[in-house]
Amino acid sequence: MSAAAISVTGRHELRLRVLRRFLRHRLAVASAVILAVLILASVFAPAVERLLGADIRDVDLSAILQGPSPAHPLGTDELGRDLLVRLLYGGRISLLVGLVAAVFSAIIGAAIGIVAGYFGGRLDDLLMRFTDGVIALPILPLLIVLAAVDLTKLGLPASVANSSDISLYRIIVITALFGWTGVARLVRGATLSLKEREFVRAAIAMGASPWRVMRIHILPNAISPIVVATTLSVGGIILFESVLSFLGLGIQPPIPSWGNMLTGAQEQLSSAPQLMIWPGLMIFVTVIAFNFLGDGLQDALDPRALSD
Amino acid sequence: MSAFLIRRLIQSLAVIAIMSFLVYALIGLMPGDPIDIMIASDPKLTPDDAARLRALYGLDLPIGERYWNWLTAALGGDLGFSRTHSRPVLQVMGPHLERTLLLMGISFVLSAAIAIPLGVWAAARPYSLHDYAINLFSFAGRSAPPFWLALILIFVFAVWLGWFPAGGLETIGKGGFWDRLQYLVLPVLSLTLLNVAGFTRFVRAETMAVMRQDFIRTARAKGVSERGVLTGHALRNAMIPIVTIIALDFGTLFSGALITETVFAYPGMGKMIYDSILANDFNLALVGLLFATFVTLAANIGADVAYAVLDPRIALT
Repeated sequence: MSAAAISVTGRHELRLRVLRRFLRHRLAVASAVILAVLILASVFAPAVERLLGADIRDVDLSAILQGPSPAHPLGTDELGRDLLVRLLYGGRISLLVGLVAAVFSAIIGAAIGIVAGYFGGRLDDLLMRFTDGVIALPILPLLIVLAAVDLTKLGLPASVANSSDISLYRIIVITALFGWTGVARLVRGATLSLKEREFVRAAIAMGASPWRVMRIHILPNAISPIVVATTLSVGGIILFESVLSFLGLGIQPPIPSWGNMLTGAQEQLSSAPQLMIWPGLMIFVTVIAFNFLGDGLQDALDPRALSD
Repeated sequence: MSAFLIRRLIQSLAVIAIMSFLVYALIGLMPGDPIDIMIASDPKLTPDDAARLRALYGLDLPIGERYWNWLTAALGGDLGFSRTHSRPVLQVMGPHLERTLLLMGISFVLSAAIAIPLGVWAAARPYSLHDYAINLFSFAGRSAPPFWLALILIFVFAVWLGWFPAGGLETIGKGGFWDRLQYLVLPVLSLTLLNVAGFTRFVRAETMAVMRQDFIRTARAKGVSERGVLTGHALRNAMIPIVTIIALDFGTLFSGALITETVFAYPGMGKMIYDSILANDFNLALVGLLFATFVTLAANIGADVAYAVLDPRIALT
């Protein structure tokens, strides 16, 4: 009874201490606020759309490349669509891709890292050589090839392969395929040290199966590095998504993403520079916010790792 | 050392072999194959003709066999013919590679020349105002979408100020050293800004790590000036990891040049790879991609060797 009470207050205090350390990192707190606003704004994109009375699919060739006005707070694009509404909808896509792909890659990375660290030996060697191999690949050209692959040739039915949402799923999968290496290395390191701790050895001595030890004893204790690495990887994934979409290989128009909104902007650079400024600024702010947030989480969750 | 090198080379060869098969298979999965393109350009081709052509070019063979045929030809020096350039692949790649090396080389030297003093300066007074500013800049540089930065540079220096051309290799019908230099300014600036941001962070972190060590205190106690401590003791030791990371980055830079080259329409390797993928120029895309992998792996090995050569305490086994 008392032991349980102690452990509960202990955990509570630990959380408070983590929170206090995080709040000290002012840039990280500001980033968390900015990201919360961005996420809320893109969640409520349809509401803004109705408020402005500007349907996102509304092509209005009599009102192209307009400057800011009450009806269009940020102006209109080359097809007369409202820039603000498109930015918010684009944010949905970019944030969704970044977060979902980061979680997927964290799952792959955690699985590979924990197995490599726990079993060690040949398996560890093999998995880590594989990880090194993936890290050494020229990722961007490969992503371009993967984004261009014809899915019907992989045996997907044409109705699925040519549907408009497929570009979204495809980009999540291919960015996750390359994003897991950092998490795998961190989790392997954490597993190696946790494996030697007494509570893990006790669990093994009592006959717990490797699967149980990894799931119940190691994974929960390795969660801090996973959270930090995942947060830090979101920014990189959003950058890859935007590059691919910018090159015309990612999210396909008319679905807006911050990257593909910039594709058309290059041609309008001299007549409508605002088309280039806003989507790029959104990517930049989002990525830098995720990077600061990851930094702050690292300081708060793992104060021993002195970040310079 | 030599045993290490041999093992690393074998490992890298294995990676190249696996990659070449994977990329070969992936290219085969791209929309349209050479025969589809022929059919599209010649409506008189019947399905029978198409089948015969496929057999003639060996396109009906299983993927493993096709790959083997390509590999034996490639090892014999025949890398095939570029469809879009109507020339052998190697002849197309040569000039593109030269232009990329020029672009990357200039920006690489500039980046190192700016980032090393900047990083050391930040490390000399950690948590000072200028350290804070340098840190912020490096964070920003790593978070900025590279193509956006390129677009901003084009807008400011080409559209608005009109100082430099917005993209391309040279003025048509003009050329020459000065002309080409003007076209290089913006792509080089764009690559350099991003590199400096990345490098500075490492230089600062590594210099600070060395500054915490005992021999720095000893040097100060001996009366070595702060400047002497910084350049003679700290930087010299920090250079080992710095050179390693910069060497490693050379490989990633090759990928990074793809974006810069595409936005500035600079006909280098990156743009060549991108264009060949989009234009179904399979032979060129394949060789370009494999070459990019090769450069990245070579940079990795180079980084390891540099580490061992610079730091006598490290023995590569």
